[in-house]
Amino acid sequence: MIKLTINKKEHNVDVDPDTPLLWVLRDTLNLVGTKYGCGVAQCGACVVHLNGEAVRSCVTKVSRAEGKKVVTIEGLSETHTHPLQKAWLDLDVSQCGYCQAGQIMSAAVLLKENKNPTDQDIDDAMAGNICRCGTYLRIREAIHAAAKIQRQDA
Amino acid sequence: MEKGNSTNSRRAFLRSSALLGGGLMIHFSGLTRFSPAEKLGNIDLPEQWNEINGYVKITADNLIKIICPNPEFGQNVMTSLPMIVAEELDVDWKKVIVEMGPHDNVKLGPQFTGGSNSVRMYWRPLRQAGAAARHMLKEAAAQTWGVPVEEITTKAGMLFHEKSGKSAKYGDVASKAATVPVPKDIKLKDVKSFNVVRHSQKNVEGEKIVTGKPLFGLDYTHEGMLIAMIEHPPAIGMKLKSFDASKTLQMPGVKDVFTLKLFEDGFEQGGFDTRTFNDLLVVVGKSTWEVMNARKKLVVEWTAAGDTKDYAGGRNGKTERIVPGELENTDRQYQKMREFADKPAQQLRKDGDPETAFKNAAQIIERTYTAPFLAHNCMEPMNFFAHVTDEKALLVGPLQAPGWTEPTLVKLLNLPADKIEIQMTRMGGGFGRRAYGHYLMEAALISKKVKAPIKLMYTREDDMTYGVYRPMYTATYRAALDANKNLIAFHVKGGGIPEHPIHANRFPAGAVDNYLAEGWQIPSNITTGAFRAPRSNFNAAAEQSFLDEVAEAMGKDPIEFRLELLKRAKETPVGKNNEYDADRYAGVLKLIRDKSGWNKPENKKYNRGVAAYFCHSSYAAHVVDMVMKDGQPYVERVFSAMDCGIVVNPDAATNMVQGAVVDGIGNAFYGGLIHKDGVAQQNNFNKYRIIRINEAPKKIDVSFVQNDIDPTGLGEPPFPPVFGAVANALYKTLGNRLYQQPFAVPVTDKRAF
Repeated sequence: MIKLTINKKEHNVDVDPDTPLLWVLRDTLNLVGTKYGCGVAQCGACVVHLNGEAVRSCVTKVSRAEGKKVVTIEGLSETHTHPLQKAWLDLDVSQCGYCQAGQIMSAAVLLKENKNPTDQDIDDAMAGNICRCGTYLRIREAIHAAAKIQRQDA
Repeated sequence: MEKGNSTNSRRAFLRSSALLGGGLMIHFSGLTRFSPAEKLGNIDLPEQWNEINGYVKITADNLIKIICPNPEFGQNVMTSLPMIVAEELDVDWKKVIVEMGPHDNVKLGPQFTGGSNSVRMYWRPLRQAGAAARHMLKEAAAQTWGVPVEEITTKAGMLFHEKSGKSAKYGDVASKAATVPVPKDIKLKDVKSFNVVRHSQKNVEGEKIVTGKPLFGLDYTHEGMLIAMIEHPPAIGMKLKSFDASKTLQMPGVKDVFTLKLFEDGFEQGGFDTRTFNDLLVVVGKSTWEVMNARKKLVVEWTAAGDTKDYAGGRNGKTERIVPGELENTDRQYQKMREFADKPAQQLRKDGDPETAFKNAAQIIERTYTAPFLAHNCMEPMNFFAHVTDEKALLVGPLQAPGWTEPTLVKLLNLPADKIEIQMTRMGGGFGRRAYGHYLMEAALISKKVKAPIKLMYTREDDMTYGVYRPMYTATYRAALDANKNLIAFHVKGGGIPEHPIHANRFPAGAVDNYLAEGWQIPSNITTGAFRAPRSNFNAAAEQSFLDEVAEAMGKDPIEFRLELLKRAKETPVGKNNEYDADRYAGVLKLIRDKSGWNKPENKKYNRGVAAYFCHSSYAAHVVDMVMKDGQPYVERVFSAMDCGIVVNPDAATNMVQGAVVDGIGNAFYGGLIHKDGVAQQNNFNKYRIIRINEAPKKIDVSFVQNDIDPTGLGEPPFPPVFGAVANALYKTLGNRLYQQPFAVPVTDKRAF
């Protein structure tokens, strides 16, 4: 049994400790907001937070998450009103939407560390997240907008 | 007022019924013939799909539900199609509940997402559905209040009778409305009075997306569901010889390992029944990770498949096609294309006397362009849920064309169509890839075999190496100039593996006195399929590059040169069947000239490339502004102009164009898949380069030509000319022209990236 704390809730899961966190989230716990895109840490669709750090859950063994706080898109904000979620909706960023949870989770770490990121900061932080629909311009714009909301709220 | 049935020769009919518990349901049997401007593959749509239906429900407690008929893959039809109904129904858009409909071609029409058809083919029928329902609600109110129907007005889901001061919600009279005869002659709103359509509305699933709700095929789950994966041969052209699953079967979670045939020998395939591998080596287990691990323990021997046969059904009976067994190499593919380019080809169109004109030319410009196979690389890999029993089948997942998949399922499962339920989830991208339903059929056969609900999943590697790629293309263009540098003849000879890209009746056909278009094709076992604007996505790169080269040779500005040709095509068109409207084509060029400040001194710091193209009944032009960044060419800014008629959802449409621009830049620079002995050399995103945020422009400025023409395609049209505009800007940036895509990493005979 592996004890996990995901979105502030404790779970005991009976899986091989080498199982990637991604598949424990999706298959065992039915938290499917975290996506599979490549399985080799190239696309960022599976990004979650591990003790506040952005990690690619497709290559993160579940054993590594034991005793740490895992946050997924489902738990980013209890009321689903994280500044990034608001900005994403306000700018209607999504097309197919498949990559957007991973984009938002990557951006959330950026905004925690950098309250007023430049385009360059955003590009550097988000270059690990592929959007096949090409919504990058709106992603940039939404991160700026979310940073503004965050500064106003603070 | 417009009349709703002007395009139909047959009598329109509507059906209405009372909802259980009170309310109105309207199935609207539509009126518009489905006429795709661009065929996908070579398949005409079946005749029975000419009738389209809408689907509106209004309950007694005033819930207004609009069913979206077409699968959603990011083109935002789940928002734009219901908007069209809501407009004519006259309801408060914010209160409308939108639901994705199940596969039901009788009630919901063709349900085909592809060919940029969704809005175009559902525009009239959905307007009529909304207008008819509104009329029936008015009639019901008139009867209830005992007043003439002409005196009833509506606003945002309310009915009013001004003289008496009476008012009601739609829901109040919905049950009565269900008893009102369906109107035969439906008056539609004046397009200038729209207040839902032509106004930006947010994606109806936006909130679900940003909060991680289960929306996609891979998110679907079902009690007792097992996970299935297919181990396919490492190379296209190989097949299974033997396998030893003893170690796999000892792995935790594994339930079964077996082989299946997708199609029995001689199976008559439908037009979209493309399959790359027929013998399926299947591993079924409890969870994704367990199955992934168990697959690694398979000991498999593969062997060359040799030449095989495909059988196509169709109007002309069963036809046979030999699929060559060669294990293909990219070097050899290019070599073959050069050999075929020198052979006589099929004449596709001829105007005037091009041979003589070229003989008499003072100058001939000849250039050859090539482009590689492209993988669609939808972010969500192919997958499907299937639960097949002896009596019925439930299939759930990402699919662009359920109506084309069902007839094949009927044959494969030996079940009647009404026992096969297909539900379409939101798709994590499509780009044409999910019009080919082999993965759904595989899932169905696997479920039938294991007698359990299963979800078939392709890993990224399975997905990228499976085939169904954008074909490999080449084209040689020739232009003849006379001594005064007038363009007197134009010749295009295009080919590809396994199809040629040529649209013979498109610009500049119609604008040049002497014109010749030819095509040739090389059979191959590399499977291909529609990829965002099939064929056009190559033509616009090659043709628009070439036009710039001709303009330069003539000493003309690239935009002015194109406008001169279009003027000619409008005033004295050459030949017949010119597919484009020269005025609208010129319109986007003029708009982009203005919007981009073409030739303005302040833009001199950019290396500018322009291109325009027509496809899917729409017109697109781009100007890309390129600079050098970190030693690499970088598109910093783009101006886009579109004419797709009425823009249903402006902000979403802008998003779509911006995405198409980014997609085009990415594929032009980096897209390409090569083969070595039949093995795809790119199998994941560490080897297949996809454009990333730091490579995306800073700004993409999108303008739409404002007119009241019925809407046409938008998902595809902005994509092709991006390639041409990038090519033309690269010429300015680098000082030499690139002929072989991808541009950032040229595919050469010796070093195919």
